[in-house]
Amino acid sequence: MKDSRIRGAEIVIKSLVAENCDYIFGYPGGAIMPVYDALYDYADQIKHVLTRHEQGAIHAAQGYARVSGKVGVCMATSGPGATNLITGIADAQIDSTPLVCITGQVASPLLGTDAFQETDVVGFSMPGTKWNIQVRKAADIAPAIAKGFHIARSGRPGPVLIDITKDAQNELSEFNYVPCLGIRSYRPYPIVKDSEITAAAEVINAAKKPYVLFGQGVVIGNAEEEFKAFLDKTGIPAACTLLGSGALSEDHPQYVGKLGMHGNYAPNLLTNQCDVLIAVGMRFDDRVTGDLKRYAKQAKVVHLELDNAEIDKNVKCAVSVLGDCKESLPMLTEKVNEGKHDEWLAAFRTLEEKEKSAVVSLDLLPTKIGLTMGEVIRYINDYKKDDAVLVTDVGQHQMIAWRYFKYKTTRTQVTSGGLGTMGFSLPAALGAQLADLSRQVVCVVGDGGIQMTIQELGTIMQTKAPVKVVLLNNDFLGMVRQWQQLFFDKRYSFTELDNPDFVKIAEAYNMKATKVTERENLSDTVAEMMIHEGPYFLEVVVEKEDNVFPMIPTGCSVEEVRLS
Amino acid sequence: MNRYTVSLFTENFIGILNRVTLIFTRRGVNIDALTASESKEDGVHRITIEVTTTEDQVLQIVKQTEKIIDVIKSFYYKDDEVVYQEIALYKIPISSLDPGLEKVIRQYNARIISAEKEFVVIEMTGHKEDTKALLEILKDFNILEFARSGRVAVAKPMGTIEQYLNN
Ligand SMILES: Cc1ncc(C[n+]2csc(CCOP(=O)(O)OP(=O)(O)O)c2C)c(N)n1
Repeated sequence: MKDSRIRGAEIVIKSLVAENCDYIFGYPGGAIMPVYDALYDYADQIKHVLTRHEQGAIHAAQGYARVSGKVGVCMATSGPGATNLITGIADAQIDSTPLVCITGQVASPLLGTDAFQETDVVGFSMPGTKWNIQVRKAADIAPAIAKGFHIARSGRPGPVLIDITKDAQNELSEFNYVPCLGIRSYRPYPIVKDSEITAAAEVINAAKKPYVLFGQGVVIGNAEEEFKAFLDKTGIPAACTLLGSGALSEDHPQYVGKLGMHGNYAPNLLTNQCDVLIAVGMRFDDRVTGDLKRYAKQAKVVHLELDNAEIDKNVKCAVSVLGDCKESLPMLTEKVNEGKHDEWLAAFRTLEEKEKSAVVSLDLLPTKIGLTMGEVIRYINDYKKDDAVLVTDVGQHQMIAWRYFKYKTTRTQVTSGGLGTMGFSLPAALGAQLADLSRQVVCVVGDGGIQMTIQELGTIMQTKAPVKVVLLNNDFLGMVRQWQQLFFDKRYSFTELDNPDFVKIAEAYNMKATKVTERENLSDTVAEMMIHEGPYFLEVVVEKEDNVFPMIPTGCSVEEVRLS
Repeated sequence: MNRYTVSLFTENFIGILNRVTLIFTRRGVNIDALTASESKEDGVHRITIEVTTTEDQVLQIVKQTEKIIDVIKSFYYKDDEVVYQEIALYKIPISSLDPGLEKVIRQYNARIISAEKEFVVIEMTGHKEDTKALLEILKDFNILEFARSGRVAVAKPMGTIEQYLNN
């Protein structure tokens, strides 16, 4: 009788195929070599992207997951390969990005002996993963992967790590893939309670100045339509968090802007004037709330949230609605009154004008000589399609790009929000681009951040992903310099950079590259970039010491938002 | 600050204790005592943790522990909401055995559970205050070793984990 058993390594690949995984971002090494060997035979079913660093692999998987809505998959060898994933794991955990990370591990008899390239990656990643497991038998591989995918993508998504010993990869076992449909101890979607909906509707219906804050929960729940229907019926103004951007088109008449430290003036200021605050799929991060003791104290808070641990964590609410907003929003919409809040909306528009004259017009239509980050984004808006994806790194450019990019559709915002990981954007943009080759993907990055993962230009070269990289070069670690200027008496301690010739570097990676230093060349070059077929690298030399405003300094209240 | 008993029902999954205690560590809440054992449900384990902290903090911790995939359910109780016991063992040199010691053992409802050539081991179950009181007295008898377990506790509210598992 023919032996129907296959090697564990092949089980890994077949399991990934069974989960409809079409891309693996990874980097090989000794302890994962059997899986790479098995992958060789499946090139027609799964594409593998060889990044230049494992951190690049996981950020690429994150970008892929955020744009596609699917689980991102990355793979690394044991020891240093596995530990290089840790930053991305932490990033994915705090931003609720679904990932399955597969790591090779030394053979099980060697475990715990400090063998070559052994690290306890399960221990390392335990607090940062939604779930992790070490597999030491081939027969356990498929169930672990099935469980991993289920956990990664369900409920509040997150990263899962599956560590597979080398002997398990080599062992023979039957392959029989059974998707995981449920786990006894895990209830990812709490059932929405009618009583909570009724209570929430009562509070909302009694409100004079209700105000909606929305976050990434709307995107994760695929509840954009349901959310819009709620707004359309109630007429309530709505502002978004960093990761909520795109869940509602900025053209919507009730869209009033962005929240948080560098968000818009009106949405921050008026948080302390509404009477009912309706939070949908957002978690009251401290970058949004500022000083909690002076945050929305006058308001009754209604919180629609999937994760029970987020309810009352930072802000105590009057009514909580636990459950997926895809389910709870339509129930709520049915019970709330139709409404219009023209006067209240006008209050936002008045302050919006104030922000326009004090900040926005100077950023977008500058009169001084130096180029501003804002005008670069203005041109990107001019030439972008509605569903273009903006991927940003971390720093001033991130906040400026976010502030001025016109979000029209969902899944167009990819950035490292909760962790603020410099080096995120270049690999994440690659992953975002591979998730949908037909979309424009624009990566906006600073001169500091790009040098943390600049080697991923090599991956872009190899995959030919048509990413548009826009480097906003101010020769400074700009955001830190801004803080030094404002809060450390202009003591610019180690924030100035001597930079290389970035265009030469990009060209060395076979990328079309241009450097813009003059305003008159900016519009045309951005236009050229946006219609260019392949990858494109644009360096814009911007004002060295520009600041991002509005700003709520740390420890201040949302109403202390500064315009300068 | 108050004393709370956190009671967790979990799957018997590798590393579960680690995962649970990490939640306490991260919030800087010290674990006063911990016990772990099987429950009456097949495959369901229970972990009992005693902490001294604020109610806000313990509530957050309980919610965070419930996010752990293999935690079925967590609860927290004030002292008057649980029935609990701890066990204490006291090792006393044979040379200290005298009628005075016998009286103490009776008075505290303790008992000798092992008599070795050079020492005896006295056992007592009760609340921490009781086992500590006995410890203070036994210090006069040249006590050699003392060990006390964490809490074993059952809740006074009548809900059961089966009800939770079944709905
Ligand atoms: C890995 C990492 N290290 C340090 C920081 C702290 N940090 C936040 S913003 C910033 C400066 C970013 O500079 P640059 O990439 O040049 O962007 P700019 O602010 O100038 O737009 C630094 C160092 C971080 N967020 N991530």
